[in-house]
Amino acid sequence: MKKSIALIRTCQITEAVSELAILANCVLRKDVVNGLEEALSRETNVRAKSILSSIIENARIAKKEKMPICQDTGMAVVFVEMGEDVRITGGGLKEAINRGIRQGYRQGYLRKSTVDPLSRKNIGNNTPAVIHLNIVKGKRTKITVMPKGFGSENVSCSTVLRPTDGADEIKNFVLNAVKQAGPNACPPIILGIGLGGTLDKAATLAKQALLRPLRRRNRRNDIARLENSILKEINRLGIGPMGLGGKTTALAAHIETFPTHIAALPVAVNISCHALRSATRII
Amino acid sequence: MQCELYSKGVNEHVTYTRRVLSMTKIKKLTNPFTKDKLKNLKAGDEIYLTGIIYTARDAAHKKLCELLNKRKSLPFPLKEQILYYCGPTPAPPGKPIGSCGPTTSHRMDPFTPLLLKNGLSGMIGKGSRSNYVREAIKKSKAVYFLALGGCGALLAKKVKKSTLIAYPELGPEAIYELKVERFPLIVGIDSKGRSVYAEK
Repeated sequence: MKKSIALIRTCQITEAVSELAILANCVLRKDVVNGLEEALSRETNVRAKSILSSIIENARIAKKEKMPICQDTGMAVVFVEMGEDVRITGGGLKEAINRGIRQGYRQGYLRKSTVDPLSRKNIGNNTPAVIHLNIVKGKRTKITVMPKGFGSENVSCSTVLRPTDGADEIKNFVLNAVKQAGPNACPPIILGIGLGGTLDKAATLAKQALLRPLRRRNRRNDIARLENSILKEINRLGIGPMGLGGKTTALAAHIETFPTHIAALPVAVNISCHALRSATRII
Repeated sequence: MQCELYSKGVNEHVTYTRRVLSMTKIKKLTNPFTKDKLKNLKAGDEIYLTGIIYTARDAAHKKLCELLNKRKSLPFPLKEQILYYCGPTPAPPGKPIGSCGPTTSHRMDPFTPLLLKNGLSGMIGKGSRSNYVREAIKKSKAVYFLALGGCGALLAKKVKKSTLIAYPELGPEAIYELKVERFPLIVGIDSKGRSVYAEK
């Protein structure tokens, strides 16, 4: 029996990416707003409470005025889960995505922050997007746009631990990264942690971990316990919102894993500020 | 887009916090930012700034210092001014500015002592500064202020006017003159070198 193919046009991808880029930048994810509200109700430090309520107020204003939550509208990271029965017509996927970013960043009055890595000349349209493509079963195409701010990206890091290293060494690496970042990553932060794979795979896992709804635990109990333990220890540091003290240094810590080689344990920590932004659509 | 009120529980916390904070005196600061006005500010003080400030980030700092080193004139007078480490989003139609929160300050550390030596009164950003910058701030009797990180939409409402002053080719990193009203700040490092952040 002949399998049916789902056809999607590149203009559908471009429109979706454009709208998602604007939406992600102006409307803070509901789970992040909930996380901030929960943190506000648990926080006892008055200054920390004041900062948390300003952050929530900022999200409200951004949504109402269609204004970016933060002036750093980020580098566009685009995750595409494409069904293996999907065929794209009208052009290439990469160009369709980048066209969507150019359009969204222009129409949404978002900041163009991408530059050549050496000359530092601004490219002018916030492309290219960093694209992660996965082929999955089925006929649907799921597109997620995550504008990643670089005040937190520039304090993220990775390492390759020894194969005999375990939870303690992983925790130490994560805690040191958070201590080093201090106030600069705009706490309260959210941590994406990648364990395993190769060096680059661990970094991708760490970024993907940030897409998970806040506080949804990893399905494996041992990893969920490590997530919880890391979150508790980070909050015990007392760095607080804007690094000015308080109980709320991190809203969540998510770990994603992948099998790795017998000779090592790659670990990546992708820090997000409190403006953790992403938006998803299924075509 | 519809605006949703935040939940009732949050409202109660916000009201309580505002009531507590209203009992703390919030100091007001306006141009000119003389050393005399700055000397009574203490690390941790909350401020509302009304007046003119100038945006400048990494690239603009590099250019300003190059001009100072060559003894050439700057695109705006530095004396008794405050720099705001900010690269805003483009202004939507009908609005003076886009989202305009602070960027991380320590990247501007290498340029700061020279600017302070040439009369700069203060800087607004986020995060801690290096010890040598704290020393330079103390020596110049200047002040480093913190603005709310990641709150660009809220801070945009405090900007009444924005004028391009220099380096349009830098795009968001150009120097803009901002007219602000009741711009909320916290004193990060005061003129006596006291900091809200612990020394590293």
